[in-house]
Amino acid sequence: MSESIKNFCGKGIAVRGNDIDTDRIIPARYMKCVTFSGLGAYAFYDERFDGAGKSKGHSFDDMRWAGHPVLLSNANFGCGSSREHAPQALKDYGIRAIVAESFAEIFAGNCSSLGIPAVTLSAADMKDLQTCVENSPQTEISIDMENMTIQTVGKTWKAAMPETYRQALLDGSWDSTAVLASSMPEIEKTAGSLPYMVL
Amino acid sequence: MSGKSLLEKVWERHKVKTLPSGQDQLFIGLHLIHEVTSPQAFGMLKEKGLGVKYPGRTFATADHIIPTDKLHRPFVDTLAEEMLQALENNTREHGILFFGPDSGKQGIVHVIGPEQGLTQPGMTIACGDSHTATHGAFGAIAFGVGTSQVRDILATQTMAISRPKVRKIQVSGKLGAGVGAKDIILAIIGRLGVNGGLGYAYEYGGDTIDALSMEERMTICNMSIEGGARVGYVNPDETTYQWLKGRPYIANFERMKAFGEEMRSDGNAHYDDTVLFAADEIKPMITWGITPGQVAAVDEKLPEIHDLPEKERETAARAYQHMGFSPGETMEGKKIDVVFIGSCTNGRLSDLREVAQVVKKGRVAKDVTAFVVPGSQIVAKEAEAEGLDKILIDAGFQWRSAGCSMCLGMNADQLKGRQLSASTSNRNFIGRQGSPTGRTLLMSPRMAAAAALAGEITDIRKM
Ligand code: SF4
Repeated sequence: MSESIKNFCGKGIAVRGNDIDTDRIIPARYMKCVTFSGLGAYAFYDERFDGAGKSKGHSFDDMRWAGHPVLLSNANFGCGSSREHAPQALKDYGIRAIVAESFAEIFAGNCSSLGIPAVTLSAADMKDLQTCVENSPQTEISIDMENMTIQTVGKTWKAAMPETYRQALLDGSWDSTAVLASSMPEIEKTAGSLPYMVL
Repeated sequence: MSGKSLLEKVWERHKVKTLPSGQDQLFIGLHLIHEVTSPQAFGMLKEKGLGVKYPGRTFATADHIIPTDKLHRPFVDTLAEEMLQALENNTREHGILFFGPDSGKQGIVHVIGPEQGLTQPGMTIACGDSHTATHGAFGAIAFGVGTSQVRDILATQTMAISRPKVRKIQVSGKLGAGVGAKDIILAIIGRLGVNGGLGYAYEYGGDTIDALSMEERMTICNMSIEGGARVGYVNPDETTYQWLKGRPYIANFERMKAFGEEMRSDGNAHYDDTVLFAADEIKPMITWGITPGQVAAVDEKLPEIHDLPEKERETAARAYQHMGFSPGETMEGKKIDVVFIGSCTNGRLSDLREVAQVVKKGRVAKDVTAFVVPGSQIVAKEAEAEGLDKILIDAGFQWRSAGCSMCLGMNADQLKGRQLSASTSNRNFIGRQGSPTGRTLLMSPRMAAAAALAGEITDIRKM
């Protein structure tokens, strides 16, 4: 069993925008690798650096927010390719939780299997939270997975995430291999009942 | 009582159990892997001391990083060479069949699965690649997964997943001249949005879809994910069975067909939603922005930002800025620099035939670089047997070897600078074709061929 994740507390980093796709999170040319380690250096690469490798002042490189673990974005975050390189790059950079208005489906599933809470807020609440973090970078954000709320000093927002992902984080079954492997007899029974599995 | 959809039936047959989290543990009948998303999964297996449960149900190919000019090993690109070697070692170690560059069967994973007859009706199929829904054209439930799921499937042949809802997309009537499968799916995404399919499987049906070839059905299912749906499928029928007949992995035709018939959606199946499209209203479509949902008919005026729903405005503004286009313009007449014919959306034999048909009428315009990249080595061979390569080369196209190529620019085939590309692939995200400032227009093979000849976006109906 993996560890249970009941809450997460940390400072925020806003990356504003809708439809931030996985090609932007990790450009395909940095996926030429056989392990995920070190990918953090290329997270949002083309948005962070110009052609000459000079910083464009993205929040990931801005001393006020750089390295903060709670990523704040907007609608349809992580759309596009199924590459797990995207959440892996964010994780390697230091992101431990993502709050957005909505997530693309495969991306949300990938986050869940890495034990990264991917939690949603309404559009209005998200703007509030992003503004809050932009004005006061040191703001601590607390994500309560049991009550599905997000808190900063003096403010509490109602958050949401698919119940199955929430349960997997709470009961520590998000690292799914062990859970799945515990049903070998049932797996073999299902396999045996499928016509195309019979040679 | 209402009947069941194919999705429901296939799900029931493949469900191992309900997990404590509430997700289902689903048996995966066919697992396809490639060099980009599998090495890390094999690494995780090693870490956990696990083996591969059903090595005979996993098949591998190399497509994303494969060079399309010279296939000599070692590759010039040392990172690409390293990835290919990792796949060779992993498949050898675990007894998985690898359709490598020397096999004569290598190609884009979503092209070779059907081509080999690995893809069959009523199966569950997974691959660490978001365009896995392509296989849904055969009445399979096929979806893209992340690397952690690749690991789970290798270890257990199952994965944890929630059952999606089903939306029926009914397309009826006759398509106009010059309009095809690519235009249908672009029109669907244009109407329902890039998020519209979130949480849904799309079942494509109606007499227009029934009349399509398997290749055309694959083009439609392929882009389900661009509409937000992880799964897209067409019910299997005679067209499906006949197409599969005699392919290498069809061990028992009658049994394959019987299972397909059993899994077909019932006539009175329950759908969570139904959306209708009239085929005769669909025109040649082309994207103008940076998401596949930013799409218009070739002669349609691009939208004013303030006319769009509020939540689309920000992305539209960014799209206009990146593309250098303006509201009120039409795409017709835009000068292009590159033409890319290929990818798992439109890199099959029928696509190359369509392109050759158009190309016979002229030559690639001066200053345009035009690539044809067959989806598989078999497609290449078949096309060469028909002389399509010659037609295309004579017209000024480069005839390349099979792979993903410029669909995502992980090999040397990339846009340079702000080049504008007329592409038959499926994604127009910023940077997708290898240059961070490059620009991609998605369209049908015929429209891309016409653009190659004219040097600018042209309405195929006028040719
Ligand atoms: S052709 Fe493009 S979309 Fe298809 S698998 Fe290759 S990279 Fe992905």
